[in-house]
Amino acid sequence: MALLEIENLVVEFQTATGPFRAVDGVSMKVHEKEVLAIVGESGSGKSVSMLAAMGLLPWTAKVTADKLAFNGRDLLGMSPAERKKIIGKDVSMIFQEPVASLNPCFTVGFQIEEVLRIHLGLDKAARRKRAIELFEAVGIPDPAERLGHFPHQMSGGQCQRVMIAIAIACNPKLLIADEPTTALDVTIQKQILDLLMRLQAEHGMGLIMITHNMGVVAETADRVVVQYKGRKMEEADVLSLFESPKSNYTRALLAALPDNATGDRLPTISELFVDEPSLQGAAR
Amino acid sequence: MTVVLEARNLVRDYHIPGGLMKKAKTVHALKGVSFSVEQGKTLAIVGESGCGKSTLGRILTLIDPATSGELLIDGNKIDITKGDLTPEMRRKVQIVFQNPYGSLNPRQKIGDILTEPLIINTKTPADERRERAMAMLKKVGLDERHYNRYPHMFSGGQRQRIAIARALMLNPKFLVLDEPVSALDLSVQAQVLNLLADLQDEFQLTYVFISHDLSVVRYIADDVMVMYFGEAVEYGSRDEVFADPKHSYTKTLFAATPRADVASIKARLAKKQAA
Repeated sequence: MALLEIENLVVEFQTATGPFRAVDGVSMKVHEKEVLAIVGESGSGKSVSMLAAMGLLPWTAKVTADKLAFNGRDLLGMSPAERKKIIGKDVSMIFQEPVASLNPCFTVGFQIEEVLRIHLGLDKAARRKRAIELFEAVGIPDPAERLGHFPHQMSGGQCQRVMIAIAIACNPKLLIADEPTTALDVTIQKQILDLLMRLQAEHGMGLIMITHNMGVVAETADRVVVQYKGRKMEEADVLSLFESPKSNYTRALLAALPDNATGDRLPTISELFVDEPSLQGAAR
Repeated sequence: MTVVLEARNLVRDYHIPGGLMKKAKTVHALKGVSFSVEQGKTLAIVGESGCGKSTLGRILTLIDPATSGELLIDGNKIDITKGDLTPEMRRKVQIVFQNPYGSLNPRQKIGDILTEPLIINTKTPADERRERAMAMLKKVGLDERHYNRYPHMFSGGQRQRIAIARALMLNPKFLVLDEPVSALDLSVQAQVLNLLADLQDEFQLTYVFISHDLSVVRYIADDVMVMYFGEAVEYGSRDEVFADPKHSYTKTLFAATPRADVASIKARLAKKQAA
């Protein structure tokens, strides 16, 4: 059975100029122990579709779907209280800006122990022990001392490790990583990706990697979904996506990589990929 | 070819004054960096955050003085602490910043953003300023009707075009590009890189391209300098550096860069199968 099942997901935002459709009929499945990458440019609805699945969108968003289920349980019909028991425990998320997504007013130790207290109900000593274990697992040196530090005392890479530690604190079945390395240096990016892949393999988690970096996709994914303007353009396993992309958009995306540049100028997506008129009408 | 920009042993120290509880200390942000760039060429500066890339950028754009060392622009030695910073000098050097959302004043119209450098640095009359701004808008792929709009009405790629247009208004000799495409989407990145290449061909511009993205550097640079903790650990032509990296940090950097080719995906999948 699939871990996360999304069928025909539509997300609309009410704006002053009428409804804006950010996600337009996206379907996907994530299986256990699988790494799925969702690739797209900004505005392609890749983050919004995952936020919708997590129920983290503001009230202005209208979410409809034929099916939105986690582990066989329907997420849409669920009450907020019930959903709260799943989100953060069985499904958790890592965000793009590690420094901004931690609360600056509390120590990182407090923030990780909060998760353990709410979801697992551990007592104080057990919480601290588990927090130290988790910090060790994500490779933070001197974990016992680090628990008392505030986010501003740590570097971006360290903060992202803390975020990952918080996200895996309850041994989630599914981890959603929204651009986890975009704000980081290349060498740190490599460390964080290695860490995520190691944790994924060790815990047998499902992992959804939201990214716009084709290199990150190539290094991590089993299967890839390509999104454009709220629509799914292509879904394929990682090798066939890079070897023989089916959709024109994917082909254009790959051609625009500076790695693949052949001539003097890079081909741009607008040259290679003409938005189908039917698509444009639907997306607006 | 004429050398437009030359740096000899540039050093920059920042002094952090002590307080009641802590000692004063000195941060050596740049520890003697030397290089030269010829007209119409691109020098890429690569390194991680905190390695002194931006400090170097600030010295080259004559914002900060160097603690010691020499900076030569067009063969003339410049020391801004000694008052060498004339309007002509200012005009020769311009900068494009990383984040086009932060580098444009949200309360200024595009026309005002583009004409402001002319107002400050030259005595160009108003109608000519307007004319030149219009021409520059077209040059960077925008339209005359964008003249009276505000920055929030533009996308990231368009804003970066505006920032580039502003930098070019004074016909500079060289441009410092501080991570100009790292905030942009892949498709937009390709457009902006193409624009930079077109402008370089047309005006014989010299670029100092600060970046951490090696695939972009390999595409755009003629020479590459790799910096690590304030030192230039590797400096040479692009092909030399990419074909045969000497310093261990450069090797680490190359190894860490994600590769998007079929062969490396196959290798990874095979490794995963075996594990």
